Amino acid sequence: MLTYAVRRLVLAIPTLLFISFVIFMLLQLAPGDPMAQVPLTVPPEVKQMMREALGLGEPPLVQYWKWLVQVFWTEPKVLVDWMTSETALFGWLPDTQLYQDELRVISWQTRSPVMEIVLQRIPQTLWVVGMSYIVGVLIALPIGIYSAYRQYSVFDQAGTFITMVGFSIPPFFTGPLLIVIFSVQMGWFPSIYDTTHEVTDWASFKYQLSQMIMPVMVLALQTTAQLSRYMRASMLDNLNQDYVRTARAKGLSEAIVVMVHVLRNSMIPVVTVIALGVPAIFGGAIITENVFKVNGIGQLLITALFANDLPMVMTLTFIFAFLIVLFNLIADILYGLLDPRIRYD
Amino acid sequence: MKLKTLMLGAAAASVLAPAVQAERGEDGNVNIIYWQAPSIMTPYLSGGTKDIEAASLVLEPLGRYDETGALVPYLAAEIPTVENGGVSEDLTQITWKLKEGLLWSDGSPVTSADVKFTADYCMAPEGGCAQFAKFTGVESIETPDDLTVVVNFDKPMPNPYGPFMGGQSPILQKAQFEDCVGAAASTCTEANFNPIGTGPFVVDEFKPNDVISLSANPNYRDPEKPAFATVTFKGGGDAEAAARAVLQTGEYDYAWNLQLAPDVLASMAEGGEGTPVSAFGTLVERIEMNLTDPSPDLPEGERSTVAHPHPILSDEKVRRALSMAIDRELLVEVGYGQAGRATCNLVPAPELYASDNTECLTQDLEGAKALLEEAGWTDTDGDGVREKDGEKLSLLYQTSTNAVRQDFQALIKDWWRQIGVETELRNVDSSVFFGGDPGSPDTFQKFYADVEMYANNFDGTDPQSYLSMYRCGNEPKPSSQWQGENINRFCNEEYDAMLDELAKTGELEKRGEIAKKLNDMLTKESMTIVPLVDRGRVSAHSNTLGGVVLNTWDSELWNAADWYRIDE
Amino acid sequence: MTEPVPASPVPIEALKDKGPDKPPRSKWRDVWEQFRKHKGAMVGGAFLLFITLGVLVGPWLWTLDPQALDIRAKDMRPIYTAIWNSEADVGWAHPLGSDQLGRDNLAQLIAGGRASMAVGWAAMLLSLIIGAGIGVVAGYFRKLDGPLMRLTDLFLSLPILPLLLVAVTLFRQPLRANFGPEGGMFILIVTVVGITSWMPTARIVRGDILALKEREFVLAARSIGTRPFQIIKRHLLPNVLSPIMVSATLGLATAIITESALSFLGVGFPSDFPTWGKMLADAVARMEDFPERVMLPGIAISLTVLGVNYLGDGLRDALDPRIRGR
Repeated sequence: MLTYAVRRLVLAIPTLLFISFVIFMLLQLAPGDPMAQVPLTVPPEVKQMMREALGLGEPPLVQYWKWLVQVFWTEPKVLVDWMTSETALFGWLPDTQLYQDELRVISWQTRSPVMEIVLQRIPQTLWVVGMSYIVGVLIALPIGIYSAYRQYSVFDQAGTFITMVGFSIPPFFTGPLLIVIFSVQMGWFPSIYDTTHEVTDWASFKYQLSQMIMPVMVLALQTTAQLSRYMRASMLDNLNQDYVRTARAKGLSEAIVVMVHVLRNSMIPVVTVIALGVPAIFGGAIITENVFKVNGIGQLLITALFANDLPMVMTLTFIFAFLIVLFNLIADILYGLLDPRIRYD
Repeated sequence: MKLKTLMLGAAAASVLAPAVQAERGEDGNVNIIYWQAPSIMTPYLSGGTKDIEAASLVLEPLGRYDETGALVPYLAAEIPTVENGGVSEDLTQITWKLKEGLLWSDGSPVTSADVKFTADYCMAPEGGCAQFAKFTGVESIETPDDLTVVVNFDKPMPNPYGPFMGGQSPILQKAQFEDCVGAAASTCTEANFNPIGTGPFVVDEFKPNDVISLSANPNYRDPEKPAFATVTFKGGGDAEAAARAVLQTGEYDYAWNLQLAPDVLASMAEGGEGTPVSAFGTLVERIEMNLTDPSPDLPEGERSTVAHPHPILSDEKVRRALSMAIDRELLVEVGYGQAGRATCNLVPAPELYASDNTECLTQDLEGAKALLEEAGWTDTDGDGVREKDGEKLSLLYQTSTNAVRQDFQALIKDWWRQIGVETELRNVDSSVFFGGDPGSPDTFQKFYADVEMYANNFDGTDPQSYLSMYRCGNEPKPSSQWQGENINRFCNEEYDAMLDELAKTGELEKRGEIAKKLNDMLTKESMTIVPLVDRGRVSAHSNTLGGVVLNTWDSELWNAADWYRIDE
Repeated sequence: MTEPVPASPVPIEALKDKGPDKPPRSKWRDVWEQFRKHKGAMVGGAFLLFITLGVLVGPWLWTLDPQALDIRAKDMRPIYTAIWNSEADVGWAHPLGSDQLGRDNLAQLIAGGRASMAVGWAAMLLSLIIGAGIGVVAGYFRKLDGPLMRLTDLFLSLPILPLLLVAVTLFRQPLRANFGPEGGMFILIVTVVGITSWMPTARIVRGDILALKEREFVLAARSIGTRPFQIIKRHLLPNVLSPIMVSATLGLATAIITESALSFLGVGFPSDFPTWGKMLADAVARMEDFPERVMLPGIAISLTVLGVNYLGDGLRDALDPRIRGR
């Protein structure tokens, strides 16, 4: 398993390079222009000058090479400098000064380093999207397990109904619906997420909770619906297997039969779905973030896409690709732990 | 003092002026929401409306346009004109005088060197300055003393108020931006996000595309202003959510540009927390007719070029019939309500330049049918669509994706169906439609459709450059990478000759006459452009926010210094 | 040797059968009988049949053109509103009311259902076939696992919006020329939704196959010389049916919703062509004043998805030999 993991990690490098190249060419092919949001009152000659100032005139391969150098060489240097000067972990090391004012990955919209904006967005993304994911998983697993164990009970039917309706109603409807009910009619929660809010004491923590609760609920509903369905289906497959009968026959308690034997064998599809969902957290939740004005990474990506801010889109999708490759590897390793019969080599 | 009285007057018109002596920062915090989030705080590097308006809280020009389109001095002591000697008789020189004792927010004095630097900054090659066009014709800038700026133009400029006037070209501090000229512009993140300005507020924290925290400028020239100590300027979401936050939940005090259907806005306004306000500028929603053939059967590089005239729309009668079939009042009612007026003009304002052309306002389906018959289009096979020489009267009608535009498309398609015209609708994502990517078939410049609908306006109050867009040869074409502003591929020698005359004329009355004539040539005489709606701007402010004067000629936040809290 | 041995010894009781007195029961008949016992599945199936027939036959029963504007009859309420609000603007001409341009809601619902059901089913089937195919092949054939899963990683990381815009730029014109504006768009949308949503199915199926192929029954099958294709068909596929069914249910909902997101971005059907997703999206702004305009398409989508879900449940139970016959 260890050699497998190492081999996969090494293989990940060419994979990621290839993925980044495909994404880059895709973005080059896509129609669109960073000048689309500049008003029509600005004459075309001026727009052309602005494009040239952004480096758009260069051949695509040159642009790609520059981006590669910036991401794999310049940005790590900035990161090392920051770690040795600012963080507690490496602060004791002498301050390295590797970064010598080379050009970093610069966003076309803001003319500032992309990575700094990404770092700025991570807190709200983790608070809202990450929290909703945890909430979703924590609700979904018990629902799935119990629904399967008591198949066709009232609980199962109600669970099926709610999760399926919840899944088929898109967040662009549930979001405004919650706002109308809880912000406009009841006045309980704010409809606009305050990204400048800092949690310092109990009162501010309560405010943070009140502004998180609606987006978290909307997102958790989607996660719960999806996960609990897979959990239930997979449990059902296993509950009728011979080994379950054997386990019961040898006198194991029902709790151990279900929670240890059946659950462990049912986790493979669930682990896959959970692992696929983690990168999506960092990808943000585009619609929900927009509805509640959370302005996390999802909103960053969609505004960058609409503004055709290629360096930003490129960097974000690359981070996203990196996480996908990483978490799929983690999922593969987990398969091996859950079911020792699975062998890769 | 003149400026202050002027503004107080404007504020007093809506609410009783605050009774007691105002004090800076006494009204706490004000929340502003723009559903498009600002990405940068200098208008020179972005050009997007959201960025220009956000920057206008911090950076100020020498003069602004007020809500009537009149010029108001800001950093300048007065607006230079030919009468007061500020503009030379031959219209090649303008002399600005700064107010005395002006300070930047860091406490250093504002001098003419800063003004000159601003021009150098924008005109530097490789800088990619978005407001470069404001500085067209500038030959040199002299600074005889610390308060005087002389701008020399290389030819007579009937409208010399390009540089340093309006939200698009505010003054930057030389000390801060000195190392950011030309190609270095994008390395100055700190300066671009936290510019030092003369405006009522200073940036405390700028989170790009998210939120800006600002506080009152301690060195603002009026010691009593601004009334608010801090501003939270939030971006993101959509127009509907922004309207809801101001009108229904009252979380925010001011929401910008609420492009919503009138019934939606009206039902939100019943929330009682705020009031929508509207004002009119020069923005006109119009249908542009393609005078060249966009047929996909033509080889690439010849579609929609002057080499092939349009088989249907080259006939003026057809264009006129299409316009006659439209009920503009109904379009306004469905799409814009209070924020729209039916119009037949390309230049709807200011009054001096607006033609009195109103004949298109009445819908005439029968007349349209008769015109089509006259042009030889008849329905011979009885399928409801007219034909001529075996060709169907069928049009492709494209626009950008936007709920109101799609409603307009549906309505117009229905009217055209009634006069026997078949229409195929297409909507294109606005980042593609308004982008200039020559590789995409869907840009509005390429115009691979028969008719298209969008809105356009002009900066400031002078329509000369706006009307010059329709000059012969200025059309988008393959040789210019499909860049160009003459979207219809309109070409008329007489029109071009009058444009040249307009450029030479300084007298306002005369300019107005020529501009009206040019407007009529494009609209009622040739029906090349079919104006639909004169679109106003709708914004909303909470009932506790006073002093808001909606201005479409400049930044909406032009008078944020005068805003105050109304105590309930 | 004198006493003749009886021709056949007295058979033991259990082997007394003379032979089958009925032809053997076919497997599919058993499946059908098990399926019929599943109430949810029958209801779900019947509902799907009803809604499919409704959107197919509906335009002949309710002949109003869904695209026809009648601005004088705009913003009408559904007929049932009259029960509690006698002043509501209702009329039998528009039993479910009309929208802000006076288009009939019922006609739009029927026409929208046609488009949404067609897109939903086609895109779901496409993504299911690609996903299950790649998942099974990657899980079973070790040599193909690496390349196929890296391909999955690639597709997972592609940003959808630029992909769509590229697809529209490259393929809209040829598709429009060959299949007309709506047919061309249909193919484009189905393909795009299909090829951007198969990846989770592929990963889930592969995970299950990796575990299944090490089980004893697969070993047994292999030891008697069963060919890989037969092993996949007879032993593996039936065992991964339940995650596939779940993917199908969720996939249908996703496809219907994604279609509406596409037209929102201006890359979907022409703007006056109704679909359930688009009706829902357009009505969100007016949901306080006209709740029926969000409820009707919302309920239609939910019920369809629920129907498919129960149908899938029943099918899975019916196809599982361990459950069947109990």
